[in-house]
Formats: sequence, structure tokens, C-alpha cells
Amino acid sequence: MARALRKSPATALARTVARLENASLTEITGLTAEQLCGMYRRMGLIREFEERSAALYRSGRIRGVTHTYQGQEAVAVGAVWPLNGDDYISSTHRGHAHVLAKGADEKHCMAELMGKVTGYCRGRGGSMHIADMSRGILGANGIVGGGIGLAAGSALASQMLGNGRVTVCFFGDGALNEGILHEVSNLASIWKLPCVFLCENNLYGMSGPVDEMLALGEDGFLGRPAAYGIPGAECDGMDVVDVFVGVKEAVDRARRGEGPGYVICHTYRFLGHHVGDPLTYRDKDEPALWRQLDPIPNYGRLLVEQALASSADLDTWSRESASAVEAAVEFAVGSPEPEVSTVLEGLFS
Amino acid sequence: MSAPQAAQPGGAGTPGAAEPAGARTRSYAQALAEALREEMRRDPAVMLIGEDIGVWGGGGVFGVTRGLLDEFGSDRVRDTPISEAGFTGLGVGAALAGLRPVVEYMYIDFAMLAMDQICNQAAKIRWLLGGDVDVPLVIRAQQGAGRGNGPQHSQSLEAWFTHNPGLIVVLPSSPHDAKGLLKTAIRSNDPVVFLEHKLLYSVSGPVPEGDYTIPFGQAAILREGKDVTCVGISIMCQKALEAAELLAAEGIEMEVVDPRTLVPYDRHTVARSIAKTGRLLVTHQAPERAGVGAEIVACALEDAFDYFDAPPRGSAARTSPSRTT
Repeated sequence: MARALRKSPATALARTVARLENASLTEITGLTAEQLCGMYRRMGLIREFEERSAALYRSGRIRGVTHTYQGQEAVAVGAVWPLNGDDYISSTHRGHAHVLAKGADEKHCMAELMGKVTGYCRGRGGSMHIADMSRGILGANGIVGGGIGLAAGSALASQMLGNGRVTVCFFGDGALNEGILHEVSNLASIWKLPCVFLCENNLYGMSGPVDEMLALGEDGFLGRPAAYGIPGAECDGMDVVDVFVGVKEAVDRARRGEGPGYVICHTYRFLGHHVGDPLTYRDKDEPALWRQLDPIPNYGRLLVEQALASSADLDTWSRESASAVEAAVEFAVGSPEPEVSTVLEGLFS
Repeated sequence: MSAPQAAQPGGAGTPGAAEPAGARTRSYAQALAEALREEMRRDPAVMLIGEDIGVWGGGGVFGVTRGLLDEFGSDRVRDTPISEAGFTGLGVGAALAGLRPVVEYMYIDFAMLAMDQICNQAAKIRWLLGGDVDVPLVIRAQQGAGRGNGPQHSQSLEAWFTHNPGLIVVLPSSPHDAKGLLKTAIRSNDPVVFLEHKLLYSVSGPVPEGDYTIPFGQAAILREGKDVTCVGISIMCQKALEAAELLAAEGIEMEVVDPRTLVPYDRHTVARSIAKTGRLLVTHQAPERAGVGAEIVACALEDAFDYFDAPPRGSAARTSPSRTT
């Protein structure tokens, strides 16, 4: 299945288009026109943020490593849109989009990427460590699979405190082969934790193609959650509406106390594992095929077709994203770096 | 080790201090159980997660959690599958989201399965956020050799956790300290690695009734002496006290110092003792190479170099796996 996806992308928004034969976008999602347009706008902001992050990395303004998200925006936004403000997410090394989707401020995100004191982690973590507990963002993570336990732990706390919160646990296809996912899937299932496991299959774990690295049985990806008795679903990760519908069902179930869910979103990163990836492991023509499925312009066209937005609206929102990210860059550039003398601050209470 | 913290005179372990008021004789395991029970009664956010801590034998392989399942129920006393990385991760996440979990490994050796969660996650989150988040997590386990458990159930891993920034490291050597330090650990807003010793569980001593805490970073002088300072870790404090008796018969007065916590580490009390005795012996059960003894000696040389009358010495395990016999 994975190889088929790699070589033969489906039609853009195929599942949503099929659903539209019987219902409107509002009816399919339960979202207002404003909320539906909000998904487009947030995806646009993320794309703009990532394009600038990559450029800033190439020009040396961002150090360390930066993993960008272009192409996968429908997953972050579609998975976060069903959540409440006080719900939790855990994120990954490719986490800028998850936190921006959850409402993190792009200025403080960009400052973190640049290692400035105004960053979410005071410039201590950089690209892989944006966290904001006030928004339920348990943190991006530099360790593949490192956030999975934290996610389920927050769900355990929510369950015991009875506060009705749900956690979405983002991880990639690479983490499907980390041992802790097995342990936590089992724990979440036996304890019926309100946790939605969200696997972003972008087809490669760094250079490792998923169809060579991942052992799957007859049921494909769905065999993984099935092994733990967790309801699973596969979504088109290039279709924000399909992701929203799939995740919302799992979130609603978890919030009702019916236990964890598991959503696998098939998607694609247009760029490399990190900025500067030599990309020696995939066909040069492959990204062009997937760019036909680009989740942003395709969804924008759909909004116009459905009379939920005009072309002028799309242009306006595009300009707004560009200026928001420009302001974020200016904010970050103008912010100071941390003083050496502060390195021990906050290590202990 | 962390920045030094001043020792406060008249601490709980100060020599010659009268037995604490209201003290009864309790075992180290009973003292720990009292701390857990009292803290769980005091704060509903405190919960226990671990293997065989509830149903087994009425409360844990070593009896430390005996009776807690009956009193607090299976939500707060959670028997887990054998998934150290997984349930440690849940502990960290739950600590971030409003609970105060006490995660237990049956043997500290099993912590190696969870080192990412301990060292990469729990230890770093507060620092990453500049101190803006609490991680009120306690990780408990027994460690040490002496029961014939072989090389994978007998290690002493305090050096691993002491080396890693962001973890408090506690090693109680008596029933009194076990209870007071565990209460402090549970109330701490930092991740605490709380290392008990398997041979100490049956050791008895005075334990005050009711509530008391022992601050971190405050060493105890277990016996005063003028000729040599012995810094002991965990059970080696008991061994050092036995040795001090033998030495006293030979006219040598050995002062025995228990740091009680390695992070934070009370280097001042050790330095003051060396200023008095001029000699230092450090003893622990962990292997000698790169053990915490090396760090204790390094601190002592920095702090009290001019007072040494002889080179400092260590008494630790050979750098070899632990044998059954």
C-alpha cells in the first residue's frame, strides 16, 4: 500500500469530493464557514512559516537542524481543529506546524528557531523544542517517539482529574518502529485513556522508505491499532477535511470515555528530512506528483467552488500570512540571544 | 554535582541529637510505606504507578506499598504491565498535567529500559521552559548488591542519574531518613530519583509518627570522629558505622557523613569534616570507575585541599558486573 501511495498519488481531495455528493462542507464537518476558512488560513500561515524557516536556515540565521513541514499541513490543521483550547497535543521533531495549528504565536516560535530569549523555550531548544503548557502543547521532541508517553500521561491525568480533556499524540511513520509506541498503545488501551494516536505517514523515516522499513500484515497500517484493540482509521493526509472528519470521530469517542483512537494520515513532505537533506533516496520526479495534491491550493479552490470564500479572500489571507511571518521574523531578529550566565536558570524549582 | 547548598546545623541526623519526638521503631520498608500513605492521604494528586505494587502479596514485592491498594483503590495504585519506558512516560506526562506520580521500578536495573523518558524527557522539560513548568515526579526503586541477585538485579546506578542534569538524586540510609526524604520528594516540583537499598528494607530504627520532612542538600553526620572522614552512600553508611566501631576499639575515631542527596550535594559539610580530620574515605557499592566517589573526592580537593594529611581513598566495588556469589 505504501509503495502504491508513493508512486501513484490519488486525486486531490477525492474523499471530500465524494462526500460532497450528499452533503455540504458544513454538514460534513459541523464547522461554520469561518471555521472552514480558518483551516485554510492556518495551513497558509504554516506554509509561509516553513518557507521562511527553510530560507533562514539556508542563510545561516537558524542554527542546528530544522525539519520543515511543507506538504503535510492538512494533517496538523485537520487534527487540531477538532480540539478545544485546553486539550493537549504532543509533537515531534517536525513540530512547527503542530504547535502553530494549536495556536502558538508565530513570533515566539520563530524566535525559538533562532535561539532568542523571546522564544517559547528562551532560545534553549530551537526548532525541535517548542512547548507551551498554557495551550496544552506538551512539546515538540528531539527524540523519535519521545513524546508518546507524555501524551498518554496527560490523558491519564485528564481521566483521573475528570476534566474532560483529550490528547492528540502526533508521531511519524518512523516512530511506528519505536518500542515505546508499543508499550504506550497497550497501556492506553487497557486503561481506556482519552488519547488519539495520530501517525503521519510521510513515506520516509529520514532516508528509510516506509515500505522497506515497516512490517505490516494483511490489514496494512490498520493492523497496528487493531493489535491493541484500538479503533483505527486511515485518512488522506493531503485533505484537511478528511483528516478533520477522521480525527474528530476519534476525539469525540475519547471524550465520551470510550478510550483511545488511532488515525493514520498518509501524506508527503515536499522537501527533505531537514533543510539541507541531499535527497539521494527518492526519485527526483516524486515530489512533483505529490505537489499536484498540495493541500492548500486544492482546498482553497474547493472553498471557492463551495462559495465559502472568494478568490479575493484567498489572496487576502495569503498576504496576511506573509505579513504575519514577516513580522515574526523581524521580532525574532530583533530579540536578544540568551546570556551565558542564565544557563542554569530554571533547572530546578 | 549541583551547586553547593549550605548545611543547616542541628539537622535530623546531627550526632548526639535526642531520638526524635514520637519516634517508634519501624523498618525502612515500613517507613517508606508510611510516607506514601501519609502523602496520599494529604494530597489526592499523589498516585503510584509500577509493576506488582498493588495486588502482589498485598503490596509490592518488598512490601513497601502494602495496604495502599485497599485504602486508595486501583486508580491511584496502578499495577502496570511490564513496560518500564511506557509507564515512566505516562508518569512524566501525568506530572505535567496535574498529578504527582510516584513511579516504581521493581529493580533499578530496569530503569535502563526507560532512560529516554527519565533523562531526555523528565530531566529536561523544566529547564527547556526556563523553569516555567513543574515536573512533580518521583521515580523509586531499590538497588544494590548483597542478595545474590546476579548482574542484572544488583547494580547501583546513582552515578548515572547524578551525571544527568535536571534530576534530584536521593539515597536514604536509615528508616528515619527514608520517610522524611520520601515526603520531601513527593512534595518536590522537580523529578526525583529515589534510590532505596534492597538490604535496608528490613533494617529498623526510630521513625517519628506523623509528618516530617528532610530538606534536600543537607548531609547528616552519623557519627563524629577526629581522625578520618568517611562519606558513605546508601547502605555503605551502615557499613561505615560498623567499621567505625571496630576502629574505635583500635583508638581511631572515624567520622561518618551521609550526603543523603547527591543532587543537590552538601559539599560544605564534607569539607568541614575534612578540615577537622585531614583524611577522606569515600565508600559506595557502585563500581569504582567514574562512580560518585570520584566526584566527591574532586569536590573535597577543591574545597579542602590544604587540610588533607593523606591522599583521599575510595572503597567501592571493582569495575565488574556483580556476581551471585
